[in-house]
Amino acid sequence: MLNVSKIKSLEDLMKIKEKAVKDLQLRDTNTRGKITVAMGTCGIAAGAKDTLKAIVDALNDLNITDISVVQSGCMGLCEVEPTVEVRLLDREPIVYGHVTPENARRIVKLHIVENQIVSDLLVRKGEI
Amino acid sequence: MALTANTILICAGGACISSGEESVKQALEREISKYALQDAVRIVETGCMGACSLGPLMVIYPEGVFYQKLTPKAAQEIVEEHLLKGRVVEKYLYKGPTGEVVPQVAEKLPFFSRQVRIVTRNVGFIDPKNIEEYIARDGYFALAKVLREMTPEEVIEEVKKSGLRGRGGAGFPTGLKWELTRKGTSQKKFVVCNADEGDPGAFMDRSVLEGDPHTVLEAMIIAGYAIGANQGYIYVRAEYPLAIERLNTAISQAREYGFLGSNIMGTEFSFDIEIRIGAGAFVCGEETALIASIEGKRGQPRVKPPYPAERGVWDCSTLINNVETFANIPPIILKGADWFKSIGTENSPGTKVFALAGKIVNTGLVEVPMGITLKELLYEIGGGSSTGKPIKAVQTGGPSGGCIPAQYFDTPVDYDSLQKLGAIMGSGGMIVMDEDDCMVDVAKFFLEFTVDESCGKCTPCREGTRQMLRILEKITSGEGTEEDLYELEALGETIKDTALCGLGQTAPNPVLSTLEYYRDEYEMHVKEKRCPALKCKDLTRYVIDESKCVGCTACARVCPVNAISGEVRKAHVIDNEKCVRCGSCIEVCRFNAINKVSP
Repeated sequence: MLNVSKIKSLEDLMKIKEKAVKDLQLRDTNTRGKITVAMGTCGIAAGAKDTLKAIVDALNDLNITDISVVQSGCMGLCEVEPTVEVRLLDREPIVYGHVTPENARRIVKLHIVENQIVSDLLVRKGEI
Repeated sequence: MALTANTILICAGGACISSGEESVKQALEREISKYALQDAVRIVETGCMGACSLGPLMVIYPEGVFYQKLTPKAAQEIVEEHLLKGRVVEKYLYKGPTGEVVPQVAEKLPFFSRQVRIVTRNVGFIDPKNIEEYIARDGYFALAKVLREMTPEEVIEEVKKSGLRGRGGAGFPTGLKWELTRKGTSQKKFVVCNADEGDPGAFMDRSVLEGDPHTVLEAMIIAGYAIGANQGYIYVRAEYPLAIERLNTAISQAREYGFLGSNIMGTEFSFDIEIRIGAGAFVCGEETALIASIEGKRGQPRVKPPYPAERGVWDCSTLINNVETFANIPPIILKGADWFKSIGTENSPGTKVFALAGKIVNTGLVEVPMGITLKELLYEIGGGSSTGKPIKAVQTGGPSGGCIPAQYFDTPVDYDSLQKLGAIMGSGGMIVMDEDDCMVDVAKFFLEFTVDESCGKCTPCREGTRQMLRILEKITSGEGTEEDLYELEALGETIKDTALCGLGQTAPNPVLSTLEYYRDEYEMHVKEKRCPALKCKDLTRYVIDESKCVGCTACARVCPVNAISGEVRKAHVIDNEKCVRCGSCIEVCRFNAINKVSP
């Protein structure tokens, strides 16, 4: 636990809550959807770690809290790594390939925020 | 990478710790570091999640997958499959009675989805050792509201309006207790939290203390503000070392953050809490005995009135509430009395936590709205009988309560309707029994407990319960007479009317309620010298079915008193004079040739 100064007001309390609440949201299953980053050896070799970081940062920057980010193993599409699957509630899952950090930010902006499929990165639509 | 992709909530309640949570956690940590996932996976040890029969258990977020009955090997597989490859490991998921894998998400399991969680809202979800997780779930906001916006009178008014009743068992209106204590005339006042949970089988208070200690602290501070006290005590038994440890952590964190100590949250109000550890005497759950014990005296009750609200700890006005009662306070303050009253029944608003035990599938802790029927509680949430034989009765309220037979299972569970049936709500222990349970034996079990725990101060309890037990022993050994049943009733009623404290006044309940509903069983014991459930040793015999016995000699070899004789490959015989009814022979017989009978 960090050394804290004593809480003197409601504002102090609110600040701690805002900080801590993000942590707990990871435990919330009532999300709008999830982004899965394939983190097999091939994915990591192709740069999936940076992709993952870019997605998390982009979501944080846009203050999007109802999307969870998960990592998975190799999806079997090693030639188009890094791959990312976006699953939104009541929609077909979409798999994107060649997701560089830059493309990751585009996916968050277009697919998550504006609900458009980023067609130039599309690898597969629908369930496997 | 500043990312936690998965959070693992592993249940560190008492039951899961006993079933090996520690080794599962160590295996998880070892595997996680083996695959260098430390930065991506966070392990949080929570309080009891309630599904104790499935332990050790954990939930992996963000998916919310519920894994049960874990071993270190299972932990390894789950790390390799779930965390590394994102595949759910099906064999550790919860399975329904017919073996089908039912919803993997914890919130959707019937055991969880039928519950309404107010008292246990954070238990099993937050890290009890981290005050910030409590704050993230609106912790200490009720305190902030009270200190900034409400006068002590308004706080008491809100609690009164909510209709909250004491969850320790007796159901006294909490708001009224607060008001009486505020009106007390002593200069100094005290707030006491009764955490001396002692009913066999009940452990909801421990679960709250271990899983969400801050809610109890917050409520006690609010109570201190409302009644005008600056000092609180938590009286907790030494048998709860983990609860004590987590309370100590919580208290020092609350001091660090300025919720305890002087000038709380920048106001004039000061309050502090100390832990008082009891030695585990059942009678110390009685409030006047508890007060004596806090003062360092022998834990014995005294005559009431004066009630603790007038003369409590060191003769000062003292407010005593139970853990579960306190845990209701912060939500009532934040969401209002009207919200609280919308849950439960008119005379018993809110929820109650029950500890399900005995012959039921889902043993563990459940929190349900008051007014739920026993049928819903036992069959829909509890999953019904675990033995395949129908449930015969349920015992509520532990050694102070009574047995409720199956024909009353449509009764809504609240303070008043249970009392009408001769049982009590008590602290919320529920022991489920089927036809293999002998009601005389059950009554004897609880009476043995109260005889042991009687403090000896008043004669009715000290001598009366002992005499009742002697009669029960006579009945179960086949020497009872019909007069004994009347004697039991007369003694029981006398003890109820004349004992000094709640312990003695309720001690006859298990006997009186079984006598009322299962008199036929008692009569079989005294008239026919027969125990239909085959429980009472002196009334049963072991016999070998000659047509089934192949003479394998397994039973004769295992018998500790050499009561079984016979030649190889010929049917054996049991000498019931020598037999001590240990049951070992039944266990080893592969031909189901040995039967227990009651004449």
